[in-house]
Amino acid sequence: MLGYAGKFLEVDLSNSKFKNITLPEQWLKDYIGGRALAAKILSERLINDWENVDPLGPENILFFMTGPFTGYFPGGRTCVTGKSPQSNGMVGSTVGGEFGVELRCAGYDGIIVTGKAGKPVFLFIKDSDVEIRDASRIWGKDGKQTDTLLNRECRQVLAERYPHMGVWKEPAKLYIGPAGEQKVRPSVVMAKWTHAAGYGGYGAVMGSKNLKAVTVKGTGPLPEVSNLEKIKQMIDEVCKGAYGNVLWRRWGTGGGGYSFGAETSSEPIRNWQEEWHDQKSYGVDQFENKVWVKPAWSDFGCPTNCLKISCIHSSKYKGAITDNPDYELQAFLGPNLGVFTPEENVYLSSLVEDLGLCGIQSGSVLGFAAELFQRGILTKDDLGGLDLKWGNVEAFAALAKKIVKREGIGNLLAEGTYRAAIKLGKLKNKNLLPYTVTSKGISIGAHGIRSGRDFSREIGYACSVQGGDHTSMTDVPIDGWGSEIWTIFNDSAVMCIFTSFSISPTFRYEFYTAITGQTLTRKEWLNGGGIKTLQIQRALLLLGGPDLKWNPKFDDDNPERFYEPLPTGPCKEQSADKASVKQKIKQYYEQAGWDKNGIPTAETLSNLKLEYIDKNLNRLRDR
Amino acid sequence: MLNKQENANPIWISREFTKCSGCRKCEIACSLHNENRIWPEASRVRVFMLVPGTEFPHLCTQCEDYPCVKICPFKALYVNKETSAVMVKVGECTGCGKCIDACPGKVPHIHPQTKKILICDLCGGDPECAKVCQEGGWNCLKVVERGDHEFKLYSRIPEETARNLATKFYGEKAEELL
Repeated sequence: MLGYAGKFLEVDLSNSKFKNITLPEQWLKDYIGGRALAAKILSERLINDWENVDPLGPENILFFMTGPFTGYFPGGRTCVTGKSPQSNGMVGSTVGGEFGVELRCAGYDGIIVTGKAGKPVFLFIKDSDVEIRDASRIWGKDGKQTDTLLNRECRQVLAERYPHMGVWKEPAKLYIGPAGEQKVRPSVVMAKWTHAAGYGGYGAVMGSKNLKAVTVKGTGPLPEVSNLEKIKQMIDEVCKGAYGNVLWRRWGTGGGGYSFGAETSSEPIRNWQEEWHDQKSYGVDQFENKVWVKPAWSDFGCPTNCLKISCIHSSKYKGAITDNPDYELQAFLGPNLGVFTPEENVYLSSLVEDLGLCGIQSGSVLGFAAELFQRGILTKDDLGGLDLKWGNVEAFAALAKKIVKREGIGNLLAEGTYRAAIKLGKLKNKNLLPYTVTSKGISIGAHGIRSGRDFSREIGYACSVQGGDHTSMTDVPIDGWGSEIWTIFNDSAVMCIFTSFSISPTFRYEFYTAITGQTLTRKEWLNGGGIKTLQIQRALLLLGGPDLKWNPKFDDDNPERFYEPLPTGPCKEQSADKASVKQKIKQYYEQAGWDKNGIPTAETLSNLKLEYIDKNLNRLRDR
Repeated sequence: MLNKQENANPIWISREFTKCSGCRKCEIACSLHNENRIWPEASRVRVFMLVPGTEFPHLCTQCEDYPCVKICPFKALYVNKETSAVMVKVGECTGCGKCIDACPGKVPHIHPQTKKILICDLCGGDPECAKVCQEGGWNCLKVVERGDHEFKLYSRIPEETARNLATKFYGEKAEELL
């Protein structure tokens, strides 16, 4: 099909074997690529025994997926997925960078990894030459060291094997840090030091497979498209729109650390005890003037350059390097921990990225621990001597390292906020869930719902098939602008939303047609691939297991904290309204074709020709 | 050597590497112009990222003494006197790579499919890479009058440029990152 490389690479790490596979053309037409296509493949292969599939066992399948938009739509992204060790469902997690572009230029639409290597390895792909290489020298290295060592090794191999081509550029790389190696659930799959496929915990899945990295150099062109002239015009249109967004280009999400506190009152502060602050020390001008060394940083084809690079040149934080930090890390490794200076935020962000932790999930678990310390539930003794007061940057850094080493309390916190709360709650004989702000085992992104001023919505997290993922929130009506159905399209075509603010809702479907030559309307996606993927992901999420299962009656809801009134700021006393949330959840179930227990009905699934999903849901209906 | 008297409007693509965002739009524009495909490895300008954040476009700087043209055993390279660009006679090029060795910055590279040498031809005087860079306001690549400068200084191997930029951005930390 036009717009596709035409094959997937399947790697069996247990037996060190690879093969090229092709998928039925109808699957590509229905599910496009990325998240949706992976949901289809994953469910076809594993749903019959889903509850017994350990996300961190060799039986899990790990996907690195592109979509037909990868490389064409400005701003390169790649989708990483599989069974999630955070939600026990499937989370389509995307990461910026050139990996997907290189992969398509190497002739693959995606990589499907099964099994587990006997020792640490990395995958090296140069067009059709695929190799599993020893990674024992790289295992244990932090993110920046890993990037350096992979560059050196891969460029040397390229120069030796293909000597007369000139100087080789670096390959694209996805890798894990020590957190992934230690199967820490809040760990990420990383690229370019600071980019991460965060939600889902796929760093731990790579670690469980002994897979340190995947590197790829593709020397071919991007796959041929149906209407190149139209695509060129449309790329121009996207870029011109983005260029007009002057302040967004200048600040990216870097203005958020201040404005989501001061203006929208929706920023996690001290583990969401508050959502408002007016700390001018945390203004974007402070970041810009104190720590940004590069004011514009982009991925492939990106007109927006929402990234900026920060580096600390003096003080005890010297040598810390990260991007902006972007809003999520600004929030979670800033006000969420009682930290309000750019330097400290850059230091913690750089550390967390070097360790391969997720900034959101690890910031959440650190904040959770600090609130327990504040309340006297965790003591200095419990924390191995750490004085985990709000704002104590050194203590938070030390605890992050303990988590990655799984040392002392770190071993417990390495399970992520929700699981840590359950385990620690048993030890302390106390219900600790009120101090967690999670949905389906995934800590909620830095966009609270209590003020009603952010883009987050009352049931956005509660009903999402990706739990706390702020990039995949949902809302009623299910065909409305806030529905997860559209996010599924973005993650399946695999496109960046930060380059596309100016485009119309139908633009992306025209773009799809210009790439593939297939027609697809918004409505067709809504009633086809979009809703099918939603049902598949919902089924996998509810089947869950092996360690945790979700009961929609309790788990399709907001964390308790969102029902507590905001204590400070312009939205003081505001909270989510339980009755309204309940009502909307009921509406959402009806619109999604789910029964009163939140389970997709047989009729819904049969209409979508998803009988294989329906058959497996009987196990839930019987219980 | 180029005779400036014969040359009405020789140009140079001025480059300010610290302004490169790493968007690679220059690669996209170059390969679309020359190959009618998005094809980074067949682009005459290549963006190197040996250290994240130190992206820079690597492209021919049109040395005053044109060592690549001089060394070619097959007379496959010549200078376009109007633009000052190095031109490739594709039929004559054997892909031997002697011009790469002669280039102080190891800029030319081999087309992954045709196996012929790839060198920036300045798009005949209206380079696409500079256009897209200007459109985006990055101002890393900009067309200027060629004038009389030591352009050869801008032909350095990617490792050296990466080291310079990494040191400028990241200070002492740079050495660990290379």
